[in-house]
Amino acid sequence: MIPIFDIILLVFLVVTALIALRVRDLLAASMVFGIYSFLICLLWAQMTAVDVAFTEAAVGAGVSTVIMVATVYQTARRSKD
Amino acid sequence: MKGLALFAVVLTGALLLYATGDFPAWGSVHSPANGGELSSHYIENVRTETKVPNIVTAVLADYRSYDTMFETVVVFVAGIAIIALLRDFGNGSRGYPPALANNLPEEPDLIITQTCNLVIPVLQIFALYVLAHGHYSPGGGFQGGVMLGASYILIALANGVEVAMKAMSERKIMLLAATGILIYSGTGLICLLLGENFLDYHVLSRILPTDPIMARSHAILIVETGVAVTVAAIMFSIYANLATRGTLKGGL
Amino acid sequence: MEFVEQFIVPKFNYWIYVVLMMIGMHAMIAKNNFFKKLIGMAIFQTAIILFYVSIGVKEGANIPILDHHMMPGEVHANDPVIAAKFTNPLPHVLMLTAIVVSVATLGLALAISQKIYREYGTLEEDDILSQIKLEPND
Repeated sequence: MIPIFDIILLVFLVVTALIALRVRDLLAASMVFGIYSFLICLLWAQMTAVDVAFTEAAVGAGVSTVIMVATVYQTARRSKD
Repeated sequence: MKGLALFAVVLTGALLLYATGDFPAWGSVHSPANGGELSSHYIENVRTETKVPNIVTAVLADYRSYDTMFETVVVFVAGIAIIALLRDFGNGSRGYPPALANNLPEEPDLIITQTCNLVIPVLQIFALYVLAHGHYSPGGGFQGGVMLGASYILIALANGVEVAMKAMSERKIMLLAATGILIYSGTGLICLLLGENFLDYHVLSRILPTDPIMARSHAILIVETGVAVTVAAIMFSIYANLATRGTLKGGL
Repeated sequence: MEFVEQFIVPKFNYWIYVVLMMIGMHAMIAKNNFFKKLIGMAIFQTAIILFYVSIGVKEGANIPILDHHMMPGEVHANDPVIAAKFTNPLPHVLMLTAIVVSVATLGLALAISQKIYREYGTLEEDDILSQIKLEPND
């Protein structure tokens, strides 16, 4: 049986993925993608994959959000879709 | 075009969803992935073969270290490719200007710089702890290296890339990134020279003052240090090039 | 209702991974903005990694780190290690390196998109295509 905490996280995961792809402001999209990475990190900690969760917290929610924001600042902020 | 894309995606998804019907139940101990001999061997014998309590670290840097070595090389090559693509020795004025970067304040904010000055030493010590304590708790070379790189990124975010470049110059980045790979492959080469297979650490007990099992445990720390050095240098290099259009001046 | 109970509830996590993969793949094909395409690629990647880690889960199992009392030379050194009591470490190892490589490849993709922006002044696919068509091909 899948734990109820997992099911809540999985639903939120789909919601954040859709928001990250729907918003037209790319800075907001990269921040929402940071939230998505953090939810995945929680999901892995729940699946007892602590090493993977640690890596995702440092890499996905940390460094990759920062380099995405850096790219948004160096290119365009608005998106047409 | 959009309709065609949706059709292709829905078709692939429907096939995959149909295939989930054949999957073993969630958390099953007897599924092919969990009931196999390989993972059971790792779990049952890791304490007698390597004396490392964290099974993930032992498998990462000992049993499957060849894999990890080339993953580190991939990170290294990606860092080199970013430098080759973006590095600009002029003032970065070629091409279209960025939309946002012009209206940034000139002076760094006092509160942000002071807070970062307080946080960064703690962050760096914690990164080294994560690297060294990877045998006993979650952590290891990749996580420690990313956190060490993130501490330099934090300096660059708070004070501008030039200030961070004083601590970690471009020359130093390249030297450190190559040194990490050299530490990793050099450990493997020493094993080869001592008459064993590449990255077969137990033979290192002839050099290190330990028995063959502890030699494997120590060699894991050595190669993880190599991984951490490469990853830290490349992570900072990626940020510094992306945030300044390759000029390594100014920044966010 | 029976369909939901029989097929979706026990495999709910796999269904979500497939849905995430579909979202990412659709964004990669149909989105017009390159940055959005990259976010789609990252979502695709994490869906695959999630799937991989989840096949190593064992019901009621512990994290894959041995208690230090069970190490050689300690009190419980002769206690047997039961494989069913620890999560499968192999998918963790494979995916741990994949995550770090994914940030390096994401950085490379962002570098290419910065280069494209400098050349064309936009990240929209249709604008870039119309600019390429306007240039005389020699």
